[in-house]
Amino acid sequence: MSILTYIAGWPLLAALVLIVVPRNFRVIIRAIAVLATLISAVLAVKMFCNYGSALPDADGYRFVQQIPWVESLGISYHVGVDGLNVGLILMGAIVAFAAALCSFEIQTREKEFYILLLVMTGGILGAFASLDLFFFYFLHELALVPTFIMIGVWGRGEKKNYATFQITLYLSIGALIALIGLIALYIQCGANTFDIPKIIEHAKTNPLAVNAQNFIFPLLLFGFGILVSLWPFHSWAPLGYGVAPSPTSMLHAGVLKKFGLYGLIRIALPLMPQAAQSWAHVIAWLCVGNILYVGWVAMRQKDLNLLIGNSSVAHMGFIFLGIASLNLIGITGAVLIMVAHGFLAALTFALSGYIYKQTGTLEISALGGLCRKLPFIGTALVMAAMAGCGLPGFANFVGEATVFFGAWKAFPTITVIALWGALVIGGIYMTRAIRNVLHGPLPEKWNSLSDASHLWRKLPYALLLASLFVFGVWPRLLTEKINPDAVKIVAQISPAPSADKLVAQSENSGVRN
Amino acid sequence: MNASLNFIGLEISVIGLGLVLMLADFFVPAERRRFIGYAGIAALGVLLIMSFSGNGTCSNFGFGFNNAFVNDGLSLFFKRFFIVAAILVLFIAAEFSDKLAAGSIAEYYSLIIFALAGMLFAASSNDFVMLFVAIELITVTFYVLVSFQRSKVASLEAGVKYLILGALSSSFMVFGIALIWGTTGTLNFTELAAVAPQFETSRIFLLGVLLVLVGLGFKIAAFPFQIWAPDVYQGAPTPTTAFLAIGSKAAGFVLLLRVLFTAVPSVTLHWEKLLIVISAITILYGNLCALPQRNLKRLFGYSSISHAGYLLLGVAALNANGQAAILYYLAGYLFTVLAGFLVIALVLRHLETDDVSGLAGLSQRSPLLAATMTISMVSLAGIPPLAGFFGKFLLLKSVIEAAQKSHHYGYIYLVFIALAGVVISLYYYFNVVRAIYWSKEARDLSPIALSAPAKLTAWVCIAGIFWLGLFPNTVLNLANQAATVFVAVTK
Repeated sequence: MSILTYIAGWPLLAALVLIVVPRNFRVIIRAIAVLATLISAVLAVKMFCNYGSALPDADGYRFVQQIPWVESLGISYHVGVDGLNVGLILMGAIVAFAAALCSFEIQTREKEFYILLLVMTGGILGAFASLDLFFFYFLHELALVPTFIMIGVWGRGEKKNYATFQITLYLSIGALIALIGLIALYIQCGANTFDIPKIIEHAKTNPLAVNAQNFIFPLLLFGFGILVSLWPFHSWAPLGYGVAPSPTSMLHAGVLKKFGLYGLIRIALPLMPQAAQSWAHVIAWLCVGNILYVGWVAMRQKDLNLLIGNSSVAHMGFIFLGIASLNLIGITGAVLIMVAHGFLAALTFALSGYIYKQTGTLEISALGGLCRKLPFIGTALVMAAMAGCGLPGFANFVGEATVFFGAWKAFPTITVIALWGALVIGGIYMTRAIRNVLHGPLPEKWNSLSDASHLWRKLPYALLLASLFVFGVWPRLLTEKINPDAVKIVAQISPAPSADKLVAQSENSGVRN
Repeated sequence: MNASLNFIGLEISVIGLGLVLMLADFFVPAERRRFIGYAGIAALGVLLIMSFSGNGTCSNFGFGFNNAFVNDGLSLFFKRFFIVAAILVLFIAAEFSDKLAAGSIAEYYSLIIFALAGMLFAASSNDFVMLFVAIELITVTFYVLVSFQRSKVASLEAGVKYLILGALSSSFMVFGIALIWGTTGTLNFTELAAVAPQFETSRIFLLGVLLVLVGLGFKIAAFPFQIWAPDVYQGAPTPTTAFLAIGSKAAGFVLLLRVLFTAVPSVTLHWEKLLIVISAITILYGNLCALPQRNLKRLFGYSSISHAGYLLLGVAALNANGQAAILYYLAGYLFTVLAGFLVIALVLRHLETDDVSGLAGLSQRSPLLAATMTISMVSLAGIPPLAGFFGKFLLLKSVIEAAQKSHHYGYIYLVFIALAGVVISLYYYFNVVRAIYWSKEARDLSPIALSAPAKLTAWVCIAGIFWLGLFPNTVLNLANQAATVFVAVTK
């Protein structure tokens, strides 16, 4: 049994156990959920540390396990990690643990909530570990559906029903378009297997015809794009996150949303290189929509959660820009931001969830001066906001800087616009939010607020901040893992790879921090 | 002739069982008659086990009655399917017995068993006469089953509608069969397959085949012959609706597959456009009409039309994977739909309405039934890890395969129409789930008492849905084997 099976399996097993626990054993239910996600997180850290010493298999994957599932279709349960997903799995497991800790805000129907949370965790970790197209999609859907139910049942605000149906329909359309793309890929490839390494191997000798690529690539791009809130398909995201209970937003915005990006890098780029090249301009211009337009929208938000939701959509633009640049530095940067943004999005939604729990509102004009009553939460929020504008020292800076270096070669104009969006617009809305929420006079009614008092309550925020720090100060932990696999992907896209410069690059950014 | 009897032992036993149940009516006092159903279930259970152990006559492959009757992989698959369906429907009927006229339940049971006999014959038809007799046996018993609640106007109305439209479609079918016989001189599928290519240009022959398809389209409720489905589903007693939704539809599909792919494969090959259009319109019609529905049984009626459309995807794909996908999808649909109707029968039997709001508060009244209904809805919507997802996955895969092989743009449009249908359907299926878990209109919050058989049925359905969603290997292999009986159609 691979360690990956345990990482994804413990939460699912715990979900099954919870079904039989009576619903009034609240403490036990919560303890089981926290424990299962903790085990996952510890195992993920262990896996991450042992990554270097584990032996890769013939295709370059480590911790591999394969069990045939449906032989006649060539579907098998196949998990493994390489540099692209090792960071994502670590990030997902840590965020899931933090989300389980933050779930104390749920007071009704806890049993169902924790079951759904654990299913979501297991599904998404399994999807990232999966090296089989079918399971890749299947486990993602398994994680996606609990989101809808959680928003519908435990969501907040008057727009709950509208938001539930909007996110359900929007994301289902995206997932189904991607499914059609994946099936078409399977059939077009002709290898009669859903196994990703085998398909890629097969495509090396029998590359897909260009017109088939041009049919399938947009399906995957827009299917995954909807899931990742690519502009102009992003409108579900801010509202959905604004309404969702904070553990759900943490897991969805932080982890689940990265699925589409990961899919593009893992599947679409190596299998459809020509189409990727001809669509790169489209992706690059669309991500300007994310960075500039959605950033601009974020500036006008009056609700803290909507602001965070919009800023999270804006951050997706940097990742798309990295992918669109189609070179080694850009793709490495994209993977770095995926990991960094996962921690960041989870942290900000967890903090806004805490504030909402205390005050019952996230209306920015109603808040103010909270830092005096909530020193710990307030400080954490300042740090998160600074990480969000790309302050050096946090993981986001490393990723964004790397993406800009990569994108400069491919799209100089767009890079300039994106830099403007990242440094100026991001800076404006983040600092403005900090000023209005945390500083200034404290309204009378918030005198009774209490800060995260003991270690247990502080743990999720501290854990996420620490992760942002670690990868911000020591990005080599990730880049040295990503590099060899990103080289492989770039080699498949363009016959003449520019592999030489990355090492120097990552060292530079490491030094600068 | 005597040798032929070796092939129909199963059918004879089922008809005998129906007669025994009917006779038992005389000897069992009225208040105990609902237990007769459990005897029927036990007997069918034995027949089902025999079909799996290889002792049953249905595993005795070969042709009988001058090639009019065939036992092969396909018939074996469907015979097991129909027996499972009948067993679950009998469980639902036993729970529903107090809504039927006092003491008439034994008659109801035996009618279900006779309909089952018709379906078993349908699965083995290899001749247009056998096809017609089987269809009539099913349809005529359903006329009675639909209008069984004689004191209820809605039930009688549904019965009349079904009778008129059913008779109309039967007459079309007879006309079609006559035209086929008139032009080719044979009614046997095997012989027809050999001579059909000569008649490809004969308009009268093609009209005959088309009219047969009209009759079968009525059975499966495909557009434009779907008009009866919502009314009849709504008016009929719930166990009847359940059997209509699964048994009658599957019988229609096995006959459709036989006619299209064993009797006239050379004609089918040229009808891909027709099949694509019918499939697309059926999906859209069913899903769009279900959107505003508040009546639960009517909702199931429209959703059953849309599922006929999805199943037709596999027919339109014209390949072996499509045919196997239909069988797999039907297997998943069996547990899913019966789970839904079980809940409807148990929860709404004491209410005057069939409105969705009748399910309000079900999560507190009976968590098991709430879970059963939710799983059924989620599986119908095609979401992993449930049976509906894997079925839809196989169907879509077969259509994309056809698109790739034939370079026919119609298939690509068809895939996107199916996708639109799935997204539309999410809305109304989730509306039902919403009513169960977070509707505020709940008036009655008293717990629902469940009998042990009802609980067992619910668990069987849930297990079936998960089994087909998580471990598709066994049934998929059976379906692939069954689909090998069809002649491969190639251009």
